[in-house]
Amino acid sequence: METDPRFFDELFERPDQARRPYEDFHDWFSSDDIGRLRRKSAEAEEFFRRTGITFNVYGQDEADERLIPFDIVPRILAAREWSKLSRGIEQRVRAINAFLYDIYHRQEILRAGRVPVDLIAKNAAFLPQMLGVSPPGEVYTHIVGTDLVRTGPDEFYVLEDNARTPSGVSYMLENRETMLQMFPELFAKIKVQQVSDYPKRLRKSLEACAPDCASAKPLVAVLTPGIHNSAYYEHAFLADQMGAELVEGHDLRVTDGRIAMRTTQGYKPIDVIYRRVDDEYLDPLTFNPDSMLGVPGIMDVYRAGGITIANAPGTGIADDKAIYSYMPEIVNFYTGEKPILQNVPTHRCSEPEALSYVLDNLAELVVKEVHGSGGYGMLVGPAASKRELSEFRKKLKARPENYIAQPTLALSTVPILTKAGLAPRHVDLRPFVLVSPRKVDITPGGLTRVALKKGSLVVNSSQGGGTKDTWVLEE
Amino acid sequence: MLGKTAGGVFWMFRYLERSENIARLIEAGFRIALTRPDTSEEEWTSVLDTAGAREAYMARHETVDGTAVIDFLVRDKDNPSSVYSAIKMARDNARLVRTAITREVWEAVNECWMSVGAALSRPVRDRDLPQVLSLIRQQSAFVRGALHGTMLRNDVYDFARVGTFLERADNTARILDVKYYVLLPSIRHIGSSLDNVQWETILRSVGGQRAYRWLHGGDSTPKSIAEFLILDGRMPRSLAFCVNKIEDNLKYLEADYETRHPSHDRVHGICTGLRLRPIDSIFEYGLHEMITDFKSDIQELAMQIEKDYRFYG
Repeated sequence: METDPRFFDELFERPDQARRPYEDFHDWFSSDDIGRLRRKSAEAEEFFRRTGITFNVYGQDEADERLIPFDIVPRILAAREWSKLSRGIEQRVRAINAFLYDIYHRQEILRAGRVPVDLIAKNAAFLPQMLGVSPPGEVYTHIVGTDLVRTGPDEFYVLEDNARTPSGVSYMLENRETMLQMFPELFAKIKVQQVSDYPKRLRKSLEACAPDCASAKPLVAVLTPGIHNSAYYEHAFLADQMGAELVEGHDLRVTDGRIAMRTTQGYKPIDVIYRRVDDEYLDPLTFNPDSMLGVPGIMDVYRAGGITIANAPGTGIADDKAIYSYMPEIVNFYTGEKPILQNVPTHRCSEPEALSYVLDNLAELVVKEVHGSGGYGMLVGPAASKRELSEFRKKLKARPENYIAQPTLALSTVPILTKAGLAPRHVDLRPFVLVSPRKVDITPGGLTRVALKKGSLVVNSSQGGGTKDTWVLEE
Repeated sequence: MLGKTAGGVFWMFRYLERSENIARLIEAGFRIALTRPDTSEEEWTSVLDTAGAREAYMARHETVDGTAVIDFLVRDKDNPSSVYSAIKMARDNARLVRTAITREVWEAVNECWMSVGAALSRPVRDRDLPQVLSLIRQQSAFVRGALHGTMLRNDVYDFARVGTFLERADNTARILDVKYYVLLPSIRHIGSSLDNVQWETILRSVGGQRAYRWLHGGDSTPKSIAEFLILDGRMPRSLAFCVNKIEDNLKYLEADYETRHPSHDRVHGICTGLRLRPIDSIFEYGLHEMITDFKSDIQELAMQIEKDYRFYG
């Protein structure tokens, strides 16, 4: 395969020379028939379609269910690479929980002047309703999906912390399942750390965060906005795998200070609710009054300790893109340690100096909306046309506080299987982290997203990205 | 289980049953149109009536024409009682209750939706119709097979069965409702070949022509056909068979939940009513009146079940 010297390729150190973690895989791959692999790859798609692993695309005429393309070349990490990453993630996630507790209680970090008060007070993701509330077990972010990118053998950056309701874990699980079905011989040869017990670990972790009033075997439910939500498949999948109930807002109501679900035999209280509904829609009595997706009165029950909501309302203040730039400060403030994982240098366009730098160097930068996600409303300078650049320039001048800018990182590549053989494509990585009062539990690997278009740096599935199975090798 | 989930399973299987029933109706209509072109308009009109789709059809079409009726009933997305819509609704409900059904059942209904959807993506030509209809029947049989082979015999299964048999009872009752006059003793028609074709059509629309022949040999009389479709406990699409199955499954729920509901009394009343009623007394009372009563009993039963098991609130 031709490699591009500007980017670090995780498989090929030099053309046809595999890096250590990939050696065994590469041997297997080179000795196999490429025609067979391509057929397998088509089979994988059929498998996904049959099992209904789809996501809905917003903004399409027919609310279509699409498949996320799957590439059969795995992304492989050595145990040593992973252990550093997981230490870094754990440090960061602990800091985020401490930060959230602090922001909603004594606000020491604001008093210490390490984070500007306005950034919190004027932030839509900050929920005053959460002030003074202590979630059961003092856990705020029960589930985190930390987005990482790599630029070299030993250089990883955190791109986003995703502390609200990260999605994609069902793909991590189904990708592995698919690989196991297609290439059992590969797993006999190469020892890969398991991911399949994630649902069990999720359930345990959620149970460990149950409120005091919960029964000995806490009742866990997944709250979904419904079958038209883009991630509905995942909601159903997780509920199914955890043995939890899959509920919608209209299945629930407040009864005797608890949240209860309507069963065929009457109302039954729930202890832990893993909600996949945004804060804003959670409780029409407290937040958006037009919301049909939430449960009227759930915030009162929550404040009185009658239910665990995972993730806690108000965690968005920790993964806001404007807060992101303060993460090194935050990690240091709460852990007293130096951050293990790097932050991407970030220009806050709300600051006049930063704004003028961004406007002058727009063609080299990536600009993101502070509250955006999913790759919508984002500008990748080097890939943008003149017109797109000038349109963005206008947007930036009109509402600078709405944007941050970052240098365009030289994202690492991992090859995908194309018609013409292997070809390098840019990837990121989203490991999934479970937090309970005594434990931060990170599933080895995570979801690797890959930009399928040659040269593209945008890996989001809504923007034509695909996924890969992610392997962390046994020691 | 959640009330919503019970409702979803119930409707999933009602819609699945509906898709199959509509396919059968079309099959019977298509056949009579081929063999007796002079009566085809009348026949398609009664097919539309049975499917409860005449008004919707007439709002869109000037005349009753076989090709247009078939298209409307098989693949029209705007017709809520087309095969396409029924299968889509079955699959949407399956997605809703994904956590209550096995992977096999889900994959079967998903496959059903994909393969039937593909077959119906273009207008179906006459020569392809038999194949398409048999695909529809086959696919819904796969789902039922997965249900029987892989699901726990618990409340989820009971709701699936109750939905299936409610829809089936309603379907057989509709066929009888639209065609009852064919089965009335009438001097004008007796012995004419028209009768034979009409009777054959009724049997065909419930897939019962061979079963009837096994049981009654070559002698078809309107009374024995009516008896077969209403009272025969061996015939899986007869009214008696369907309501007995509903009663059985509601009884399992009663035992499981240790709670008796008004729907239990209601279904028991319907079953007893059929059991104690010889076919002669039905004819005496009036076949049409009896069918009308039955249809409304079934509808009320469905509403009572919804309420008793909190499908919606």
